Amino acid sequence: MTFKIGVVTFPGTLDDRDAQRAVRLAGGEAVALWHADENLHKVDAVVLPGGFSYGDYLRCGAIAAQAPVMDSIIKAANGGLPVLGICNGFQVLVESHLLPGGLIRNEKQHFICRDQKLVVENIDTAWTNQFTLNEEIVIPLKNGEGGYIATDETLKRLEGEGLVTFRYKDVNPNGSMNDIAGLRNERGNVVGLMPHPEHAVEAGFGPDMPGTMRSGVDGLKFFTSVLNSLVNA
Amino acid sequence: MPKIIVEVMPKEVLLDPAGKSVNNALHRSGHNDITAVRIGKRIELHFDRPVTDADLAEAQKIGENFLSNAVIEDVVSVTVQN
Repeated sequence: MTFKIGVVTFPGTLDDRDAQRAVRLAGGEAVALWHADENLHKVDAVVLPGGFSYGDYLRCGAIAAQAPVMDSIIKAANGGLPVLGICNGFQVLVESHLLPGGLIRNEKQHFICRDQKLVVENIDTAWTNQFTLNEEIVIPLKNGEGGYIATDETLKRLEGEGLVTFRYKDVNPNGSMNDIAGLRNERGNVVGLMPHPEHAVEAGFGPDMPGTMRSGVDGLKFFTSVLNSLVNA
Repeated sequence: MPKIIVEVMPKEVLLDPAGKSVNNALHRSGHNDITAVRIGKRIELHFDRPVTDADLAEAQKIGENFLSNAVIEDVVSVTVQN
């Protein structure tokens, strides 16, 4: 059977088409979800893609978190629906309180765009089960407000409970506390990260890898992971 | 026009990169007595009737739950201008 992965489009979303393509390359069926429609159309999982929803007005992700589709996604996520937030989608997850903390302007104030090395530190999630523990991956990063921040108490809890899912390796590009690039919730169905796995899913279009240009496809495992978790659900 | 004014500032402990940039620019133009700049937001909620105490209480809630993010910002004032 083919699983349906919903990809939400907010006004100002940029990477919805890339996320849909990543879903298809992994073997799933991509279903477009619209911000103003609370109907999730019976999808088996949801991707909140990157971009600048609502022009980043107020705070990145803050207005999107109030959209009708998010009411349904928050309820479904609390019931176990797999949800992946990428970049602006991560900001939406944080603003929706599905993940703790906040994201602020990059430490050095520049918009950063680079192929970023990450360490996968948690593979017990719907979106990372096809990685090996502590696997190093390279996927593109592009953000202006990607500095992860949380209270000392929250950081202690995230580290203590092993909820840090991705950590920046070699370079911390945006001043994120504890080099945090991505997180999971307690249940492991909700994952958010700043870098963009959907841009590293097909040879010829991914990040440069040693010896071969644009050959990186490490992002594909996010999408095969969720399909795997649905098979085993 | 009656309005409620909500002011939100980045938390004191946080680096405010925008404020820091402005501060650097001020120093370049000779305003060396200014030691720091911090940039926040002023948000006006407009009404076409007088603002009540209930509106003010609601605005406080909106300020804390939506207009600011408690992890990174503080609501520093909620005032009425009738």
